[in-house]
Amino acid sequence: MPMIEMSSVNKWYDDFQVLKDCSTQVAKGEVVVVCGPSGSGKSTLIKTVNGLEPFQEGTITVDEISVGDPATDLPRLRARIGMVFQNFELFPHLSIMENIKLAQLKVLNRTDDESAKRGMELLDRVGLVDQADKFPAQLSGGQQQRVAIARGLAMDPIAMLFDEPTSALDPEMINEVLDVMTALAEDGMTMMVVTHEMGFARRVAHRVIFMDEGRIEEDCTKDDFFGTARGERAQEFLSKILTH
Amino acid sequence: MNYNWDWSVLFCFVEDPVSSCTQPFFYWIVSGFGWTISVAAAAWVIAFSLGSVIGVLRTVENPYLRGFATVYVTIFRNIPLLVQMFLWFFVFPELLPDEAGKWVKRGMPLPEFWTAVVCLGTYTASRVGEQVRAGIEAITQGQRYAAMAMGLRPVQVYRYILLPVSYRIIIPPLTSDFLGVFKNSSLALTIGVLELTAQTRQIEEYTFQGFEAFTAATLLYIVVTAIVMAVMRVVEGRVVIPGMISLGAK
Repeated sequence: MPMIEMSSVNKWYDDFQVLKDCSTQVAKGEVVVVCGPSGSGKSTLIKTVNGLEPFQEGTITVDEISVGDPATDLPRLRARIGMVFQNFELFPHLSIMENIKLAQLKVLNRTDDESAKRGMELLDRVGLVDQADKFPAQLSGGQQQRVAIARGLAMDPIAMLFDEPTSALDPEMINEVLDVMTALAEDGMTMMVVTHEMGFARRVAHRVIFMDEGRIEEDCTKDDFFGTARGERAQEFLSKILTH
Repeated sequence: MNYNWDWSVLFCFVEDPVSSCTQPFFYWIVSGFGWTISVAAAAWVIAFSLGSVIGVLRTVENPYLRGFATVYVTIFRNIPLLVQMFLWFFVFPELLPDEAGKWVKRGMPLPEFWTAVVCLGTYTASRVGEQVRAGIEAITQGQRYAAMAMGLRPVQVYRYILLPVSYRIIIPPLTSDFLGVFKNSSLALTIGVLELTAQTRQIEEYTFQGFEAFTAATLLYIVVTAIVMAVMRVVEGRVVIPGMISLGAK
């Protein structure tokens, strides 16, 4: 049974169709990179997985729970799926540690000690123990994004979603975030990653999904994607971003 | 100008028929000042709590709740405060069932005071509500997504993320509204609350020393508003989000 399964997902903003008949799946422990030109719907696609973006047709299940079913307790499902955003989205009024503790306390009902302990473990893992008492705006972008990853992991998620996690970063900070993500993948985390980092895709991904104009145009193994099996649009996209 | 200045009327502590102290005017001012503070403080409690609820409702998805809040703001913000004061005092009790109407007019303790408090509170709530809404809307959709993505429920998203950040953003306009409720409390005199302005007018009528009396009232209003501004500046400094640019009032 795949961890994430989408079948024939369609989504419209009024008359404009942003997702067209999207079907794919992510197995447990699999790392899937989603790429494509801007406006292709990849960010929207990943946000439908935990129900941040509603969709009108099709089904999405995560760990066999239907996301689109009105009877589903979405907050409860979301608590089991970590998500990392392009702009980090740490809460500015809370310290780094408070950011990591918040959902552990209020959603998982862990004690303050438990949450702080788990928080410290994860800060250690992303190399930011000494920043625990600082506030988000006092950290660099790369550091903030590593905190955001730690914040997601603190919930002990069954899968992690990354929505362009390095797009807002200065070049020299991209690697520190990708390193954390690579380590996470090596630990067997199920990951769906929207990114333009083709180096990361080449090294870490098991599969690559290429989207264009709301459609999943390619959905194949990494080797096929970077080999010759890809279609014309993907070819064109790759040649553009690999030679920029 | 032919005017006989006599500041001593402000310092009449006891009745003394041989001087100009026909009444203990000092205590009239003290009492009026007390009522002004009481009306403003009680009205602010309503304004802040009700206003926060209205502001939140203006931003929720449910169209009925949002519609209710919009209608509330439209009504309470768009009717002149003085008219609202009269509506609450003269018209509202008549719309109630007989017994309830009588109780509001005569049965409840301090009817003028509480009517003024409710009127000022509900009026100012419409303004506070708009500030709160603006504060919440200033927060990016990404913050909301991040809060939802970690499993927080809608009430928790407001309680832990949106409201704490939005209150910090709107401290300056909230301060203005607090000052507004304090100054607007002078309208309570029109329905018979003997607050500072009413007492001042009364002193003028008794002594014809209007300049002295109104000078005293003016100074008291300014002193209180200056203190409030100073306190709010300290509050603003205390809750400032570290690392976020805030020039603040200097």
